Amino acid sequence: MTRADDDFRIDGYKFLPRSMIPEFKAFQYQAGDFPQAVAKVLLKSARVTLLTSSGLYLKNRQQSFDLEREQREPMWGDPTYRVIPRNIGADEIAVAHLHLNPDDVVSDFNIALPLEVFAQFEEEGRIGSLAGSHYSFMGYQGRSSTAWRDVYGPELVTRLRQEDVDLLILAPG
Amino acid sequence: MLPDLAERFGLPRIVGVEFPFGHPFGMVHDREMQKTVAISALSLYERTDLPVRKDLRIVWPVDWKVAYKGWQPKEAAPIVAYLKNQVLNKHRKTPD
Repeated sequence: MTRADDDFRIDGYKFLPRSMIPEFKAFQYQAGDFPQAVAKVLLKSARVTLLTSSGLYLKNRQQSFDLEREQREPMWGDPTYRVIPRNIGADEIAVAHLHLNPDDVVSDFNIALPLEVFAQFEEEGRIGSLAGSHYSFMGYQGRSSTAWRDVYGPELVTRLRQEDVDLLILAPG
Repeated sequence: MLPDLAERFGLPRIVGVEFPFGHPFGMVHDREMQKTVAISALSLYERTDLPVRKDLRIVWPVDWKVAYKGWQPKEAAPIVAYLKNQVLNKHRKTPD
């Protein structure tokens, strides 16, 4: 792994429930080649989109993620996603996620989807532009990722291409 | 949040933060902290020596026990409750 600045490494497991740490550390998966995602334009020209797995959706305008089914089928997690427009108000956002305490993200969704910060970056010329659409899904995907591999992932890529997005920032819940 | 896992999944650019789950960009209403994390992510965009990882030295400014309990749901997630029941049932069936 290339190092950005120095050898400093955090303990990424500090806030994980202790009973889960061994399973996460022993996780066997190892990807093959990483994507050769070399920037095609400079940051000051790049169009940026954000993606959160915090389970945000638009109150009264979008369906919640399906938590009832997850309650009935604990091995299943809703694989759908929601499109969040950039100029959304704090009172228009709701959260559906059974694996997180939603209080903080309800209070300030920018901790998961910092649209205000990136709008400021756009204004300052630090980035080219902030895209019109951003994306939210609910991070618990149960024991299967086939829906994302076969349906939602390719769909999302098509959307990003249609919006001429250069940089997608993934923020885990 | 779990940058070691992100590495295993082959992400080309990773920013590691030692924050409670649900807070990848930082504290509620703390735009400066959110901005610092966001700028760190953007600073990797033009890097060509991929894959690259940058872990941040920001210490979460809340007592660990409070933050550890605070991010977790008030009721156990269905999968957690399910697995806990499985363990309990297994122990109940085990003869002394």
